[in-house]
Amino acid sequence: MQGGGPRGKPFLLGELLAWIRAHGPWRWASAELSARGYSGRTLVTAVPYLWLLLFFLVPFLIVLKISVSEIRLAMPPYEPLFTWISDNVVGLRINFENYAFLLKDSLYWKSFLNSISTAAISTVICLLIGYPMAYGIARSPAGWRNLLLLLVMLPFWTSFLLRVYAWIGILKNNGVINNVLMALGIVDEPIVMLQTNFAMYIGIVYSYLPFMVLPLYTAVEKLDNSLLEAAADLGCRPVKAFFRITVPLTKAGIIAGCMLVFIPAVGEFVIPALLGGPDALMIGRVLWEEFFNNRDWPVASAVAIVMLFVLVIPIMIYQRSQGQQLGAHR
Amino acid sequence: MANPRPDQKNEPWKDPGAQPYVRLEKLTKKFGDFVAVDDVSLNIYRGEIFCLLGGSGSGKTTLLRMMAGFERPTEGRIWIDGTDVTGTPPYERPVNMMFQSYALFPHMNVQKNVAFGLRQDKVSAGEIDERVMDILKLVRMESFVKRMPHQLSGGQRQRIALARALIKRPKLLLLDEPLAALDKKLREHTQFELLNIQDKLGVTFVVVTHDQEEAMTLASRIGVMNHGEIVQIGTPTDIYEYPGSRFVADFIGSVNLFEGRIVEDEPDYVRVTSDELGGSFHVGHGVSAAPDAIVWVALRPEKILLSRERPDGDGDNRVEGVVAEVAYRGDQSIFLVKLASGRQMRVTMPNTLRQGDGDRFRWDDRVWLSWDSSSPVVVTQ
Repeated sequence: MQGGGPRGKPFLLGELLAWIRAHGPWRWASAELSARGYSGRTLVTAVPYLWLLLFFLVPFLIVLKISVSEIRLAMPPYEPLFTWISDNVVGLRINFENYAFLLKDSLYWKSFLNSISTAAISTVICLLIGYPMAYGIARSPAGWRNLLLLLVMLPFWTSFLLRVYAWIGILKNNGVINNVLMALGIVDEPIVMLQTNFAMYIGIVYSYLPFMVLPLYTAVEKLDNSLLEAAADLGCRPVKAFFRITVPLTKAGIIAGCMLVFIPAVGEFVIPALLGGPDALMIGRVLWEEFFNNRDWPVASAVAIVMLFVLVIPIMIYQRSQGQQLGAHR
Repeated sequence: MANPRPDQKNEPWKDPGAQPYVRLEKLTKKFGDFVAVDDVSLNIYRGEIFCLLGGSGSGKTTLLRMMAGFERPTEGRIWIDGTDVTGTPPYERPVNMMFQSYALFPHMNVQKNVAFGLRQDKVSAGEIDERVMDILKLVRMESFVKRMPHQLSGGQRQRIALARALIKRPKLLLLDEPLAALDKKLREHTQFELLNIQDKLGVTFVVVTHDQEEAMTLASRIGVMNHGEIVQIGTPTDIYEYPGSRFVADFIGSVNLFEGRIVEDEPDYVRVTSDELGGSFHVGHGVSAAPDAIVWVALRPEKILLSRERPDGDGDNRVEGVVAEVAYRGDQSIFLVKLASGRQMRVTMPNTLRQGDGDRFRWDDRVWLSWDSSSPVVVTQ
């Protein structure tokens, strides 16, 4: 057979495939798009924009809308923004009371400050633990690195909640640590660790450490070792070289790691609720209480909007430094 | 032209009383089972440009890194200016290095890169500025102080790396493939500039290179390395004209190597028969080898003359062949001549006249090859 005669089956199949290729939906779609001045590249970049539009911008606008409405005892528990006053007049009611309320009641700004300081302290502890870890992994023999990275990521294979509950088992009064300490006779009474700030920091640092280690590892691994040799050659001692060469050149990783820990830690709800004490006023907890205990959706939405803006500022700083990094290495 | 004049002043290695500036004593470096540097002993004298020449994996860079302090020798000692520095960390050695990748700090501008070494020594700010400008003038980069490394070309980075390595006025400068990243024209130009700077500052240079032309141009002496050992040390002329082994003869330049046997052994000449070459040949220097030992005759392509007619004179050192290949290189032509034994001889001739004058040799021409009896070198290993 010579590649399918005019009456053979392969000919039919080949013809069909060729026709689909020539007139099929892809070709048709791309022809239609290019006729309207769009290329395939536009189509591909449209996907993330569409995603953000649907799952970020639209919900954001809904929450924004609720935050400027008024509470009512109904379903949904807030007043509509637009009301028909008469047949052809639409009334618009915007209510800034909720935001004013956030300022008046010290509970809200105190819990904001508390969340930010808790997140900041956790981020610093993560950085102090994570940097040596990332450095050690990046400087270990090439064969070991993937295994060590896998171990860093291994906790993700079990549920986050399970891991927090495991910490309860470790830290509680008749938990692992206290039992060991009492069995060894080091202490007579259990040390109270659960439901303290100490336990909360352990939980946050433990949970978010991988997010710190991974970007730091990427940054340190890229660092050219000959730069450190050059510094040593020019008379710079190792500790000084670390601060003058390694830290500035891994700045992008440090910032990325800090953002990845700080931003979710500000809104953290589960860990303070399970491990922290009753005085651990975190904004995530306040949000929960407004939504589910007080059923005050407008105030809860206002809290969420303010929290978003508190977080947008560090993200913008991060974006700017990323832009500078890109400019520097072009 | 570029090499130091061969007078006694510039050849301290010939003076038994001279103190070496760098002394390597039975240095060995092993990485696991792999022996990178194998029992190397070497003396380098003040003001020398010493080139370590070898292929990749020959151990030349490891040897250099041991001098800089980045690798600790498994065995042996390193002395610099009379001090044992074997265990001294790099940041305390009176040595600076220019890296093959240049290793400029990407987050610092030219000024900060060059000043880095002085900053470590608590030199006053005014003196730092002054010395940075001086050294940048020396490498003709004074108008680039505020540039970042990524804004510089390869040649400019090379100059900044050199300036940074020179700013602390080291007594010994180590250069790891200093010119490898430059294109050919710039490389040749920079070679002479390096010589110029070395002459001005009187620094001792140790240069690692795989480029034999670079080594020949720069070096006062060359150490040829193979498999972690130094196989020959000598001036560029020594290495080229009097190779001590087949490896050196073959590594430096191109060479015709023939296996042979010594049939006449006199103090001032030997006669070697070679089946490959087809006859017996007169070599104008004595050889210390056992009679009937297998030796190799090394004959440089440019030392062979081609002629159509059998050259006059006695019958020694001439052989007939057929031109098998001709390659025109502009400045010279390369001929491969097939001998009766089937071996090919490489012959180069400078193109002193313009091509096309009819008297050049063409494919399948029968030609005579002849050479002076002082030209071949007999090596025994």
